Amino acid sequence: MDNTTLIAVVSIAVAGLTTSFGTMGPALAEGRAVATALTSLAQQPDASATITRTLFVGLAMIESTAIYCFVISMILIFANPFWKHFIAGGG
Amino acid sequence: MHLTPDELIYAQLGLFKLNATLLFTWIVMVVMVVGAWLITRRLSSGLVRSRWQNILEIIVLGISKQIGEVGLAAPRPYLPFLGTLFSFLAVVGLGTLVPGFEPPTGSLSTTAALALCVLVAVPVFGIRSQGVGGYLQSYLKPTPIMLPFNLIGEVSRTLALAVRLFGNMMSGAMIVAILLTITPLLFPIVMTVLGLLTGLVQAYIFTILAAVYIAAGTRVRDTAQSEA
Repeated sequence: MDNTTLIAVVSIAVAGLTTSFGTMGPALAEGRAVATALTSLAQQPDASATITRTLFVGLAMIESTAIYCFVISMILIFANPFWKHFIAGGG
Repeated sequence: MHLTPDELIYAQLGLFKLNATLLFTWIVMVVMVVGAWLITRRLSSGLVRSRWQNILEIIVLGISKQIGEVGLAAPRPYLPFLGTLFSFLAVVGLGTLVPGFEPPTGSLSTTAALALCVLVAVPVFGIRSQGVGGYLQSYLKPTPIMLPFNLIGEVSRTLALAVRLFGNMMSGAMIVAILLTITPLLFPIVMTVLGLLTGLVQAYIFTILAAVYIAAGTRVRDTAQSEA
């Protein structure tokens, strides 16, 4: 297996793994965050504006790590720097 | 299928490349400035006012209230910066409805520039409210050992702001592009609606996080004064 094929295979496999593992953690965390927010909303409905706003900000921050993994996957597939280097320089 | 609008180049003049990011940013700027000028040409403070003035007042007061709730008690000085951030990102998010529009925030350059604006704005507002000494002292709180962590925290949250916005907008555009090659009619429309929602939510998140960082940078003096 020459260099270019090896790079392609590893990039594709790792891109898939990155997104799949990277979205598990944030999904569980977001589930817990929403569950706690719903409990607080049930206990104090008149603070719903603050709770909802804080919930959305928290969800965005938790989502960030999943977005990082997605960006890495996209870079591996579409803008792979090693791919360009090996195509340009020859295997 | 392109990763960012940076790759679509419309014209080239020496080293300066007019790519889609620049072009659509300028278009959004022109639309916002001309629209605002047209609406605020004849402002009335009486009971009779135009619909557009009402809409603008709702938006401005809404942003002002949100900033106030986040922790900046007098939101007026921070309103131009944070309001412009939110308006620009909201118009870009809504602009994805227009066919042919490439959101300029789908490029890491734009989001990095906006995050750098926030990075610069936090010390500016902090020094304006606490003075240079007071602001620099805030890096030594709670203990001086935390100084490197506070500095690293500043850099990392700027990076997080940029990548979060870029990732959300880029993923929306890319999912629609991929789905167009698989199931052309139904799912791309659904995903475009989802992209609209995430665009607006991310605009709100960016602004609120900027407001929270500015509030953290200007906060310390207020509590010291109220304790004294």
